[in-house]
Amino acid sequence: MSLLRLALQGDRGGTILLGGLLLVTVLVPICALIVPEGSPLHLSGYAVTLIGKFLAYGLLALSLDLVWGYAGLLSLGHGAFFALGGYAMGMYLMRQIGDRGVYGHPVLPDFMVFLDWQELPWFWHGFEYFPWAMAAALLVPGVLAGVLGWFAFRSRVSGVYFSIITQAVTYALALAFYMNELGFGGNNGLTDFKDILGASLSAPSTRVALCVATALALAMSYIVIRMLLVSRFGEVLIAARDADGRVRFLGYRAHHFKLMAFVLSAMVAGLAGALFVPQVGIINPREFEPLSSIEIVIWVAVGGRASLHGAVFGAIIVNLLKTWFTAQMPDQWLFLLGALFVLATLYLPRGLVGLRMARKRALAA
Amino acid sequence: MTLTDGVSVNAGATLADGTSHPVKPGLDLSHGVLLYLEGITKSFDGFRALDDLTLTIDAGELRCIIGPNGAGKSTLMDVITGKTRPDAGRAWLGQTIDLLRLSEADIARAGIGRKFQRPTVFEALTVETNLQIACAGQRGVWATMMRRPTPAERTAMEQVIETVGLTAERHRLAGTLSHGQKQWLEIGMLLGSRPQLLLLDEPVAGMTPGEIEATARLLQQLAGEHTVVVVEHDMEFVRAIARRVTVLHAGSVLAEGDMAKVQSDPRVIEVYLGG
Repeated sequence: MSLLRLALQGDRGGTILLGGLLLVTVLVPICALIVPEGSPLHLSGYAVTLIGKFLAYGLLALSLDLVWGYAGLLSLGHGAFFALGGYAMGMYLMRQIGDRGVYGHPVLPDFMVFLDWQELPWFWHGFEYFPWAMAAALLVPGVLAGVLGWFAFRSRVSGVYFSIITQAVTYALALAFYMNELGFGGNNGLTDFKDILGASLSAPSTRVALCVATALALAMSYIVIRMLLVSRFGEVLIAARDADGRVRFLGYRAHHFKLMAFVLSAMVAGLAGALFVPQVGIINPREFEPLSSIEIVIWVAVGGRASLHGAVFGAIIVNLLKTWFTAQMPDQWLFLLGALFVLATLYLPRGLVGLRMARKRALAA
Repeated sequence: MTLTDGVSVNAGATLADGTSHPVKPGLDLSHGVLLYLEGITKSFDGFRALDDLTLTIDAGELRCIIGPNGAGKSTLMDVITGKTRPDAGRAWLGQTIDLLRLSEADIARAGIGRKFQRPTVFEALTVETNLQIACAGQRGVWATMMRRPTPAERTAMEQVIETVGLTAERHRLAGTLSHGQKQWLEIGMLLGSRPQLLLLDEPVAGMTPGEIEATARLLQQLAGEHTVVVVEHDMEFVRAIARRVTVLHAGSVLAEGDMAKVQSDPRVIEVYLGG
């Protein structure tokens, strides 16, 4: 298909990313399951989960870059879509626990028994089914983005006002999810998961499968979003980012294009959350906090805004740093994160990807 | 302003809802009038930018609108393109399309293309892509997803890129073009959307004499096939291209006619040409 070819030809960074993901899908199962423990090539369960987690963050960064980089909409609440996808998956995993909880209730999750609830709230029904949970992980963020975007873009809210609205929404959701009465486990969130689709979450093969699934989801999302961007839709989206009025006077409803990008982006973020939660084993309201959303923005800024592979690499690099730093000197991490953002904004307006392009230009000159 | 009392033949396609594609064949030009404005009034904070303005543009005309600063030229453009809603008056495209009830995008689809005063092109995209966006047949979200230009749209784009003389620049990013080239690119983008009426707001502002000359040739070439309305300050340029000139003053039409007639009108001399 010519659109696919057009999307991938000349996209060197994307080719590197897709190659890397292919490598993950091949090497992670081999190194974790076949290579014996003790061999230097063996991947521990911890490492597999770490890779899977980073790839989920990469997917989240990809979703933010679609709206920030290409539609010019700086969402400071993308963590909300990620968390909603995560909660949908978490609800499925909670229902899978069945009577194996601490209190041994056949239906109610532990936290509900603890709160002395007698029956399952209506919105928990259906989440015993995996397809239902997956649908919710995509559709709930999508609908929230649709409603938000519909009001914002129709009245031409943009720039900093849009950012403030998204930040306020994620903050409000954080406050709501912290409440026990809402029915999502309050402060502690959802945790103590046992198995997914009948497979134990602590089994190495399940961890590998989840890691590979995340790599595949990231690769597919990358390709689909690339295709979308090289199609006329993407060209109009970029045009509307830079000259909204010109697009409207050419007869395009610019707000429809932004809305579609925002909804798709929220759904990809929800998918990332759904893949993240079974790997880390917990989802709690902290994911809704404004700081979480701001971190995503920093990943994209460091990697390179308006470069899809740059956003993914940015997420992976910053989180590698975070993993290392929080182990070495946990108190310093936030300062480093802030410094990274300031430095990237001042000296790398196009992120690390821009660095490579600048070097290429220097070589060509 | 000759509104002959002919019998309206075909009523044309009306725009019942905003969603149907306002087809240009539905444009009813049975009286030869493309744009009809009547009694348009618009005030901003008590200042009357347009004051009971009545103006008719015939199909195929090349019209220049001149007037001192604050005469209402830009507000007039805004009213025609739906950016500003007048307080009173009527505005029709052809006999059947009521401009005051359409959104900006719908007015553009109905066949009015507007060039902004400052060149507005998509700087991050190539010249070709800029024109390709303008030449698209379908402009809805779903119709553009995962779609590339059709052969017919490519042909249309090739014609436009040739007309505006940017063939050699086709792969350059629009942001790297010179000021004059951006103006031509924007005119090309308007042409690509096959408008019935081209509104050009000071198309030669900031151009070099050579570029002005080329623009004059381009507009002469377009007139006849398209209806072109030019708002301009540059009197040399107006003299070079105008067949018919409308002078605006204080929000309404002060004089209208060929350049010689307008220039000798004592009222015009008083307010604008400065005697």
